Amino acid sequence: MSTRRHLGILAAAVLAAASLTACGGSGDDAGGSGKTLTYWASNQGASLEADKAILQPELDKFEKQTGIKVNLEVVPWSDLLNRLLAAATSGQGPDVVNIGNTWSASLQATGALVEFDDATLQAVGGKDRFVPAALAAAGAPGKPPAAVPLYSLAYALYYNKKAFADAGITAPPTTWEQLAEYGRKLSTGGKWGLAIEGANPSENAHHAFTFSQQYGGEWFDSSGKPTFDTPQNVAAVKRYVDFMATDKITNPSNAEYAQNQSVSDFANGKAAMLLWQAAGSNLKTQNMAADAYGVAPVPFLASPPPGGKKVNSMVAGINMAIFKHTKNRDGALSFVKFMTSDEEQTILNKTYGSLPAVKTAGTDPAFSAPEQKVLQETLSTTAAPLPQVPDESTFETLVGTAIKELFADAASGRPVTEESVKKKLSDAQQKMR
Amino acid sequence: MATSTTAPGAARPDRRDARAGTPEPARRRRPRRPLLPYLLLVPAIVLELAVHVVPMAVGAWMSLLELTQFHIRDWSTAPFIGLDNYRATLDIHTAAGRELLHSFWVTLAYTLLSVGLAWLLGMAGAVVLQRPFRGRAVLRALFLTPYALPVYTAVITWSFLLQRDTGLVNHVLVDQLGLLDDRPFWLIGGNSFWSLLVVSVWRNWPFAFLCLMAGLQNVPDELYEASAIDGAGFWRRLRSVTLPLLRPVNLVLLLVLFLWTFNDFNTPYVLFGGSAPEQADLISIHIYRSSFKTWDFGSGSAMSVALLLFLLVVSAGYLLITNRRRDHA
Repeated sequence: MSTRRHLGILAAAVLAAASLTACGGSGDDAGGSGKTLTYWASNQGASLEADKAILQPELDKFEKQTGIKVNLEVVPWSDLLNRLLAAATSGQGPDVVNIGNTWSASLQATGALVEFDDATLQAVGGKDRFVPAALAAAGAPGKPPAAVPLYSLAYALYYNKKAFADAGITAPPTTWEQLAEYGRKLSTGGKWGLAIEGANPSENAHHAFTFSQQYGGEWFDSSGKPTFDTPQNVAAVKRYVDFMATDKITNPSNAEYAQNQSVSDFANGKAAMLLWQAAGSNLKTQNMAADAYGVAPVPFLASPPPGGKKVNSMVAGINMAIFKHTKNRDGALSFVKFMTSDEEQTILNKTYGSLPAVKTAGTDPAFSAPEQKVLQETLSTTAAPLPQVPDESTFETLVGTAIKELFADAASGRPVTEESVKKKLSDAQQKMR
Repeated sequence: MATSTTAPGAARPDRRDARAGTPEPARRRRPRRPLLPYLLLVPAIVLELAVHVVPMAVGAWMSLLELTQFHIRDWSTAPFIGLDNYRATLDIHTAAGRELLHSFWVTLAYTLLSVGLAWLLGMAGAVVLQRPFRGRAVLRALFLTPYALPVYTAVITWSFLLQRDTGLVNHVLVDQLGLLDDRPFWLIGGNSFWSLLVVSVWRNWPFAFLCLMAGLQNVPDELYEASAIDGAGFWRRLRSVTLPLLRPVNLVLLLVLFLWTFNDFNTPYVLFGGSAPEQADLISIHIYRSSFKTWDFGSGSAMSVALLLFLLVVSAGYLLITNRRRDHA
């Protein structure tokens, strides 16, 4: 009797233990058929609710024009990639989705997205409509794009005008050396020079890319193999972490920031500088007046090493993709065409503070505001796309997490040396297969 | 226990006798095996297969494939690589294997401490509330609150409390009590392990409390009275009466708590986000990161299967030992 009872307990134990092995996706809504489409939008506004309020009137407009109803779901960034993976795996889920443009090649490799070959591009207005740099960040080079650009973004340096004036600084820094020097002047009385989103792997990886370009490094070689622990990349990552570790112009608390607290710190005046993509709309919702801050291009190295590139931002942005499993491909294409039309591009990018991804929509005065001008100039002259390789999202995770750990070291007073940076990057590289 | 096992056996012959006494048709001589109970079991078995057994088998199969983003859409295209995933993830000479081993030790320490503390607190709570007194119901309800709260809400609140600059914990420790000069980090670095442990104990002890409280209802008062007459004090009664009689409850409770805590995903995920600090890198989060964040589902599955085997061995060993001890007793 007791053996049987114990067998029973053992069986229950096995099942409890097995719950870990049995993880799976949860794409439950079926692909749209006939006159409906399901659309997963990324979180661009201040909240998911704000996005719904912004997008719904446009979707209603689309329904009026075409009779196709679009079911909208705004997915937070923390869930989006997992949900897309689940949809790609199961062949269930939305028809049209927003994707971070850096994921384009990774998602393209799944083969789950509709390819925008010339004929397909023609159906949404033709290849020439789109800003070339933005379209280049929509899939691996040499292949038809896996998506089309929707919102274009770039990094800029945001600085608090009053804090600068109080410290006697007349112009924003143009080199990192200046930024560190100004930062030291600004880091007094409980306030700090630079705010950093230290526990957010994606943010860290984006900065690692920019610094690496300036130091003449690459994260992948031409065959797509990772080259994480080259001296250039070590120097790049160390430069970034040193704002906290040695320059001490960043509050150690930033090592645990992952929910955009760095933007809040900038908006509240706790930090005088911030490197961010189109922070304007976010700052507005946090009640920072538009004339309280200035926007400048992201700095460069004062004396770039040989091979250093004049790059100060990634080509950031949001792309729009269609899942192959859609039952309403024509409807999905006409929806993409609608969202990339001049009118919608103007309305939506104006609201989000981003830039249009089509050439013909840039004429609205909103896009020549000081912030947008800087973004525009960066995008057209000194921005480079993140490596469009299938392992890109793995790079963001591994390198971004390694930098998060380095910030944690810096915050708790442990030294961040070339060796410790190199070790983290080597370990990250070993985990790539 | 002995009485409960003999009771149905003893009752059965009586029933058969009674039936034999009534006149029945002659053709029902041979007692036929009724089909109905088995039919009634079918839905449960089908669901069990669908919810547990099949996914488990699929997970085991996945661990033998090179299942990356190139193949997740059509698994049949994923190359079969045999035990390569196991070699890559379990080899402690590589970074991946070292980190998995590190994560394993962290998880083991976390589980043992968390289960031990949760059990101690649960036991203390149950013993204190064993005798009726005014306000007992209120305390019971209060003690169970952490268990009744949704995990996400509760743990997110903890993550707010534990933030360095704006968290309540540092506000109390540094600003109000002045116990510390520097604001410590609770969510990164070495302290993150203890933060995780506190949250886990806070969440789990009510379950131990609930089970032990129910178990204590079955301890007859006469035994306490008898032992009191024999001169046994509180600790003696606890050791000689309460604990032995709670043995069946503890047997299951400790095993279930161990497995739950070892596999706990929600608490670290909500507390730290997708990537936990090294010092609190629990194995469930580690596996999640290895499969979902780096899109390598094959090696994630290999780690899961290895973990499953480990937990199986632990569970079987635990049951064997406890079983043998009972047989000797």
